[in-house]
Amino acid sequence: MANSFRLEIASPERLLVNEAVTDASIPGEQGVLGMLPGHAPLLSELGTGELTYTLVNGQKHSLAVQGGYVEISDNHVRVAASSAEYANEIDVKRAEEALKRATARMANPLPGVDVARALNAMKRAQARLNAAKAAPSNYAGMPGPGLKE
Amino acid sequence: MPSLIDIRRRIRSVKNTQQITKAMKMVSAAKLRRAQERVIASRPYAGILENILANVAAVAGSDERVMSHPLLARRAEKKIQIVLLTSDRGLAGAFNTNLIKGTQKLMADHPGAQFSFELIGRKGRDFFRRREMAITGEHLGILNKIQASDAEAIAKSAAELYSTGDSDAVYLIYNEYKSVVSQKVLVKKLLPIVLPEEAATTDYIYEEPPGQLLGSLLPKYVENAIFSGMLETSASEHAARMTAMDAASTNAAEVIDKLTLYMNRVRQASITKEIIEVVSGAAALE
Repeated sequence: MANSFRLEIASPERLLVNEAVTDASIPGEQGVLGMLPGHAPLLSELGTGELTYTLVNGQKHSLAVQGGYVEISDNHVRVAASSAEYANEIDVKRAEEALKRATARMANPLPGVDVARALNAMKRAQARLNAAKAAPSNYAGMPGPGLKE
Repeated sequence: MPSLIDIRRRIRSVKNTQQITKAMKMVSAAKLRRAQERVIASRPYAGILENILANVAAVAGSDERVMSHPLLARRAEKKIQIVLLTSDRGLAGAFNTNLIKGTQKLMADHPGAQFSFELIGRKGRDFFRRREMAITGEHLGILNKIQASDAEAIAKSAAELYSTGDSDAVYLIYNEYKSVVSQKVLVKKLLPIVLPEEAATTDYIYEEPPGQLLGSLLPKYVENAIFSGMLETSASEHAARMTAMDAASTNAAEVIDKLTLYMNRVRQASITKEIIEVVSGAAALE
């Protein structure tokens, strides 16, 4: 069996990743999906969270994704994310502030505050922070992977 | 015969116009390149989405309960909503005219139907507002900075109208971008969604029930159709403007050539006239 599989991640804006990877962890709507080569065909909704993968050369990368779909077939993982960012594109300060704001809103829900929206905002900010933190330090500021072809 | 000064003035004016058209052409070329890149960059996502939809539809297609999804309901087309994409600015040749003509053709093809419009872009808005058509919404300036969230809002409102029975069909009219010289007005049926007919080839594991997946996929699909329509229309707009401005620059050069020739003739004529006057004056003295 092949020891790698193809990972394709696209958002409506662009194709972010199209590379051979050895493993990937994808935030599904129902929980994190861990993927290794030879995964069974699967269709799922994508949740909000941090998506990580390891390139064939051992480099680890991570992205923040929000909503969309995942399809696996023939050792080919296709992710259609409603929104996706490379770890090095994430504005950590902004995400931290957003997290603080959302947490405060959740902690004491004033009348008129949309709790579901605040929860979503919190999840999004958390996903961004996690993804940004997971990126290797020498990776920051480098142009994103993908789009190499 | 016009005086030399008049012709010179005219030439100067045409030259100024030519400078403007040349500049506009260059601006459009730069914008076109960016718009074109976005069109290409958006294709993988659309491909994946379509693929997933086809697979889910093949599995869920036999389920009655799933097929009663409000966005799949087929009704006699009495009330038709048209989502029309046009540009905000003119000077793009027949670009907007073609889109509006396409709309009118669609209307002529459905006699007796009631039409309402969701208008994106100033040109279409102005046209149909002047004709006092029913307008469900207008969006100006969003093609300058195309965002998925705008497409989402438009898709949502169209889906809502459709679900409540306020429209029986929704058509998207946009300009497909093929190449710089070739663009085509396309009429695409947004709702009811026509599911791709394809046999299920892979036996997928479903994290969610296929019906639920389909329910969330369908609005997304409409949204993406509008989003890519916006990208394509914007690219086409810049391509059309570039072509139009190129033609205008060439025409201006032609006019300048003609005027210059004419000006030289007039000058020559006046010189000849003066010589004749001098000569005949001298002859009269003899």
